[in-house]
Amino acid sequence: MSDQSGIPGAAPGGTGGRSGSVTLVDQANLGPRTAEGSSFFGAAAPVLRLAYSLISKNFGALLLGLIVLSIFGTFLQGGATLMGNQIKNALVLGAIYALVAIGYTMVYGIIELINFAHGDVFTVSGFYAIFIANTLHLNSLATSSFGGLLLALAIVFPLSMLAAGLTGVAIEFVAYRRLRDAPRLAPLITAIGVSFLIEGVMLVREGPDYVTTGQASWINGTAFKLGQVSIGYTDLFVVGTALLLMFALGAFVQRTRLGKAMRSTAQDRTAALLCGIDINRTISATFFIGSALAAAAAVIYSINYGDVKWNIGFRLGIIAFTAAVLGGIGNIVGAGVGGFLIGLIYVFGGSLVGGEWSEALIFAILVLILTFRPVGLFGVEVTTRA
Amino acid sequence: MSENGQPVVATTADTSTVTDKVIDLRAIDVYYGRVQALTRVSLEVRQGEIVALIGSNGAGKTTTLRTISGLISPRKGEVLLFGKAIQGIGAAQIARLGVGHAPEGRRLFARMTVRENLDMGAYSRGDRAGIRTDLERVYTLFPRLRERDSQLAGSLSGGEQQMVAIGRALMSAPKVLLLDEPSLGLAPILVDAIFEVIREINAKGTTILLIEQNALLALKTAVRGYVLENGAVALAGPSEELIASPDIQRAYLGM
Repeated sequence: MSDQSGIPGAAPGGTGGRSGSVTLVDQANLGPRTAEGSSFFGAAAPVLRLAYSLISKNFGALLLGLIVLSIFGTFLQGGATLMGNQIKNALVLGAIYALVAIGYTMVYGIIELINFAHGDVFTVSGFYAIFIANTLHLNSLATSSFGGLLLALAIVFPLSMLAAGLTGVAIEFVAYRRLRDAPRLAPLITAIGVSFLIEGVMLVREGPDYVTTGQASWINGTAFKLGQVSIGYTDLFVVGTALLLMFALGAFVQRTRLGKAMRSTAQDRTAALLCGIDINRTISATFFIGSALAAAAAVIYSINYGDVKWNIGFRLGIIAFTAAVLGGIGNIVGAGVGGFLIGLIYVFGGSLVGGEWSEALIFAILVLILTFRPVGLFGVEVTTRA
Repeated sequence: MSENGQPVVATTADTSTVTDKVIDLRAIDVYYGRVQALTRVSLEVRQGEIVALIGSNGAGKTTTLRTISGLISPRKGEVLLFGKAIQGIGAAQIARLGVGHAPEGRRLFARMTVRENLDMGAYSRGDRAGIRTDLERVYTLFPRLRERDSQLAGSLSGGEQQMVAIGRALMSAPKVLLLDEPSLGLAPILVDAIFEVIREINAKGTTILLIEQNALLALKTAVRGYVLENGAVALAGPSEELIASPDIQRAYLGM
């Protein structure tokens, strides 16, 4: 590799230091400049740069290739049944990630804040759902008959979503609104603070252990079989509900007045103001919808997995955040697709190298995306603040 | 319309004909942080006028428009719109009062279509029929936009983007239109076309306050003009007087 390179940090004004630009990201024009002088990579620099730009440009294809390979690997290991079951698991998990990821991406899109409290809104919503189900005796209603189930769902979804939506609006109002024009680090730190605060409160109120939701028994039975793979009604319910909500959101954002106000505020807040759009209300609405979707994910989660815990939203949130980054942060469709992709990576990566590696794998992917393709798969540039 | 031929040096006194004044800035001081951008700027625009605001870069022209539309608040002085003080009511509310602003740098919603951008201009209006009429009017003023109506605004050429910016401001059916450098970066033919449209818009009854690099073009279009220098009004008066003024000719008209 290198000629006289020596110690990496020692090179005075090393790689790209002269212009102060981020050498690794701006591959194209920096060629000759970084190659000359005492760069650490020395003669290998052009090769590395080429490799970088190839990976960067084909990131989606590479990732998809790896996913397909790991699915195929699972097929070789355990045959069609294992593969089928794992695809099912991945879609169920992915649906939940997707719903949570949308909340991250919507908030980021409109105020450029990574709302670290979002994962905890998910957890809180799980407890809202338990509270609502217990208070209104929905568990017995849901298991009594099909009509009872529909009624119970028709109660628990809107109520949890409403409660979560208001929680999200309150968080924005109390913790983020005053910091809207502050340096970006400030609201980010506040967000982490809010996250810890919510977790602390839940730990005290709900205890350190898993709490059984009583909703695991709501939906039972096998809908149909694909070969040896049995598809449960729960599976259909989870994926179906998630897709339904995502399409509803898509239509809302595309078509409605408020949806358009959200998009325009995200793209240019000053111009939105000049159009007479009430920015505060629009941002509140964004938090409401994002949090409501997290609540829907939490209800689905508790019906599917049957228990929640004070801190489940933390890791689930960061994984969903990775999904949002993968899809291109700020891009709603990207977050949906990213959620399902992350579900696939989680499950199939885990089934190949061992489940204990799943999360390490996800966060390795996060690092890779941020290194090679920070704009995400659906490469929409992120709006900058006015 | 009313050229009350008072020469040079602007004064605002005259409170008797309040209703006639669409915009009335009274000795405003504006700061960006600690930097003072405007010093005791007084300016008025009357119903039906085209008024030009000229001056070199950094003289405070854009800041003046931003103050009028509420994007920034003056630290001292008063802003009156349609005869009422608007202190602290916020930009969105001011837009709804009837101030259309095609801002510096156009600021289109780049990832929305031309049509959606125009729709956003009419965001705070409820009269569907009126909106349809105005959309038709914008498309008539700028036939190019009708052809491109489902294209993303970010993909348009500079001139087309400027048309969208003006069109979007018009879609709010403004009583007064603030135009910040409508000719910036446009080919000469397009500049003429845009100014033709500006006169047409004004002829249909919209009052216009205009910032323009091209001082001669601006003054020829406007009935009155203000010259800003270092954040203060240096000269003001009817256009023809300004055009005839040796100072202006030397500094801004390159004669």
